Amino acid sequence: MKEKYLEDIKEIKEIMNRSTRFISLSGLSGVSTGLIALVGVAAAYLMVFQEQNWLIEQAVSIDATNLFYLLLIAVVTLGLSIGSAIFFTTQKAIRQSQKVWDQQSKRLLVNLSIPLVTGGLLCLLLLYKGFVGFLPALTLVFYGLALINASKYTWPELRNLGLFEIVLGLLAIQFIAYSLLMWALGFGVIQVIYGLIVQKKYK
Amino acid sequence: MKEVLKDLDKAFENRIRLGIMSALVVNDYIDYTSLKELLDVTDGNLASHLKSLEKCGYVSYEKAFVDRKPNTNYSATEKGKEAFIKHIKAIEQLLQ
Repeated sequence: MKEKYLEDIKEIKEIMNRSTRFISLSGLSGVSTGLIALVGVAAAYLMVFQEQNWLIEQAVSIDATNLFYLLLIAVVTLGLSIGSAIFFTTQKAIRQSQKVWDQQSKRLLVNLSIPLVTGGLLCLLLLYKGFVGFLPALTLVFYGLALINASKYTWPELRNLGLFEIVLGLLAIQFIAYSLLMWALGFGVIQVIYGLIVQKKYK
Repeated sequence: MKEVLKDLDKAFENRIRLGIMSALVVNDYIDYTSLKELLDVTDGNLASHLKSLEKCGYVSYEKAFVDRKPNTNYSATEKGKEAFIKHIKAIEQLLQ
């Protein structure tokens, strides 16, 4: 009798998890996007920020060449990150014989996108107005909020990762001269570490 | 003990019905095909259990069309959610 109910509870928990969370999100996608982000930040430093004194609270006037470089780095980094995340996640879904595009993954994507797209548009507007110094901080904060929002629909660990990103984003405003370093830490180092943790835990 | 047993819902004695309710209480709605895949059951099996949950007033559905293919979305009613929570609480007490 007791065993039957224990078994029932186990089953209930399992179904609740499986029906709400997208479990095929691969930890390796965290590692790969982290490494890509590190290269992206390095490129932004070498190609743009090294020569300029732009990590300040005031608006600066950005010339067309540097604006082009910044947008190019952003687009390439983002594209490669999304691509690698989709690749590793699809691989994992195939291995687990799960569908990649189902109700759970759609819900995950929508909830991740709302804060992320908001932040992205805000950053583009600020870049257009010359407030380039705020970009590392704001991208970190909005990315963190997006992760926290998405964590309900996939690995709960994303919530803590999101909190770390927000803290680093706030530090990047306070110590704006070091905000590129926060960028590398948040999008690169911490993301790689979390990717490895998730990968190990949910193999 | 008698009191607790009274709270156990006959409707949830079956594993598949219990599974259906578990999935529906944590989701706004789930379509028929996803429910079938989630619980890994046959059409006939799922349909008959859904029917009996409907009869209890625990589950409601809405017919919709996706790409011109019929698709039915199922959700748990307030009554169904209450009954499910009561059932779980009774199980918890039994296990204590």
